[in-house]
Amino acid sequence: MAGHSNYVPQSAAAKWLESRLPVISLMRGSFVDFPTPKNLNYWWTFGGILFFMLIAQLITGIVLAMHYTPNAGLAFDSVEHIMRDVNFGWMLRYLHSNGASMFFIAVYIHIFRGLYYGSYKAPREISWILGVIIFLIMMGTAFMGYVLPWGQMSFWGATVITNLFSAIPMVGDAIRTWLWGGFAVDNATLNRFFSLHYLLPFMIFGVVILHVWAFHTTGNNNPTGVQPKTKQDTIPFHPYYTVKDFFAIIVFMIVFAWFAFYVPNYMGHPDNYIEANPLVTPAHIVPEWYFLPFYAILRAVPDKLGGVAAMFGAIAVLFVLPWLDTSKVRSGAYRPLFKQFFWIFALNAVALGYLGAMPAEGTYVLLARICTVYYFAHFLIILPMLGFLEKPRPVPTSISEAVLKSGSGKPAGAAAAPETK
Amino acid sequence: MSTMIKMVRSLAAVAAIAAATPALAAGEAPHIEREQWSFSGPFGFYDRGQVQRGLKVYREVCASCHGLRQVAFRNLADYGGPSFTEDQAKQIASEYTVVDGPNDDGDMYERPGILADKFPSPFPNEQAARASNGGAYPPDFSLLAKARAGHRGFPWFVFDAVTQYQEQGPDYIYALLTSYPEDNPACLGEDIDGYYNPKFLGGSVTAEECAHEHLTGGPIGMAPPLSEEIVEYTDGTPMTVEQYARDVAAFMMWAAEPHLEERKKIGFRVMVFLIFFAGLLYFTKKKLWRNVDH
Repeated sequence: MAGHSNYVPQSAAAKWLESRLPVISLMRGSFVDFPTPKNLNYWWTFGGILFFMLIAQLITGIVLAMHYTPNAGLAFDSVEHIMRDVNFGWMLRYLHSNGASMFFIAVYIHIFRGLYYGSYKAPREISWILGVIIFLIMMGTAFMGYVLPWGQMSFWGATVITNLFSAIPMVGDAIRTWLWGGFAVDNATLNRFFSLHYLLPFMIFGVVILHVWAFHTTGNNNPTGVQPKTKQDTIPFHPYYTVKDFFAIIVFMIVFAWFAFYVPNYMGHPDNYIEANPLVTPAHIVPEWYFLPFYAILRAVPDKLGGVAAMFGAIAVLFVLPWLDTSKVRSGAYRPLFKQFFWIFALNAVALGYLGAMPAEGTYVLLARICTVYYFAHFLIILPMLGFLEKPRPVPTSISEAVLKSGSGKPAGAAAAPETK
Repeated sequence: MSTMIKMVRSLAAVAAIAAATPALAAGEAPHIEREQWSFSGPFGFYDRGQVQRGLKVYREVCASCHGLRQVAFRNLADYGGPSFTEDQAKQIASEYTVVDGPNDDGDMYERPGILADKFPSPFPNEQAARASNGGAYPPDFSLLAKARAGHRGFPWFVFDAVTQYQEQGPDYIYALLTSYPEDNPACLGEDIDGYYNPKFLGGSVTAEECAHEHLTGGPIGMAPPLSEEIVEYTDGTPMTVEQYARDVAAFMMWAAEPHLEERKKIGFRVMVFLIFFAGLLYFTKKKLWRNVDH
């Protein structure tokens, strides 16, 4: 962090500040001079994209909260007031609701990047665990945010998920009542969800700082998985990665804008444009798309408590992943067998998402069970065994060697942008 | 290695089965045709004449049962909708009676509507609506065009994101209004509860006699509301059920999404800017990195 900066304050004001609080050198050490592996590919830009999404959600959310009313009798109409009467309210709300989906798209890519390149392995276990914590808080935030418009899916989604806690033996019912603030999902529930939905993003922000602190201490992982050895292996974060991340963020914003401006309700559910009605249950209660794989796992287990345990277990297993993967080689790029299982796992996760959207009947249940078993088998059986069974390809001795071998880089003299011929 | 390939193949087979089953598992979901609308696509806009005709159909036919409580009379003069002049909107508002109050004597009183009022609902509450409609509740129109959608299923929903298909609501409304059969299917008998409509998403046919008829939809509480020449069009537009249904569906889409035109216009500018900016950044990045092997 600060130690990476060779910053020497020049002006009197900077000297005055640095001797009292060295924030300038801290920021320079973290985001300007920070030595970053020079071979990071575009999958690494999703960290920056996620930070952008967090800020975008915070800004749109804070302004939306100025116009929203967290009351069971008024919430639905206040959202329509935002959509119809508030200046550019429709834009704020569509950016915020689609922003949640884009946030999850980016976080899933970011997680799968970490899984592929072994970013969870020593010495980055803490970065990984903090990342899983961020993911968990994100899920809580998104779930409570979806309740706020107080539509049919908001209400029934909240009912289904809070009811899960009643599966806990002995204290389940008491916990559920405590969560609800009453004996059903109602005004008290909406109020506390609004309060927490406003609070949790700031907690995410805090954990994000820890997350960045942790991987800035160990250094970034990179596609080879080999730690930088010499100065030739790294480049300063600025301007190289600031510009590359900026480019990636703008490209990501194009996709974001496509959804927010052209198909803003694509990722939502039409039933949420019907005001919450405790007396009418929708035909199929489905959560937002980003929860579907976990919803499928929940429903795959015939026992309620077992289903809840499996669903939370699906995330809990990520916490111990650094110790389940026994391979000495970090990057999946040099692990021929792991690579194939990685893609099967990815396919399996998509299949779980699809099954979560389908009714829990007939073939779907059987398929969901197979996929659930495979999900856990990947972490608990396949990854531990692969380390012993697999014969990894030789790992390059350094990042620079890998770069020169791959042919994408050319000796410095001939490098004047080979792409432009 | 060959076991790996086998595994992937069997997984693909499982996925194929999963994709093929919905038609069997979900029963007989009605198929909703995709219609042509002026407001679809990246340059979509509301046809002023069509939305005005749709408002007329709403006021003269639908409004006797269906409310429009989120829409204010002032919205009729807003950009991107029926786009009446302010005087026209005032005139329409004044044709409604609105309950206001209490006055200085503490009494509620009736007065003609003004621009700031919302459309008054035909029934004071849900119970009154049900009591007058044989137990069925005619839903409010304000958001209906966004609150209804036919089932798309895999893989169509994937393409919908790319082709910008967001008109499932108006498509459904049009299909529903134009699909009442001349006679109920014989297997249903005479005394069904409501009116059979093969496109209705909110009901299903449970009669055992119909088990092998493969009937989609089900009985709906709403009698066929439209018939030829029920509403007088003065602009020469054909006065058919299809035309009325199309116009009222477009009107309902506007009522549910009044800022659609503004949204798509701004969206296009945002897209042009972002793509241009991304291009500049791409070449900036390339130049910056030209001497770095990576």
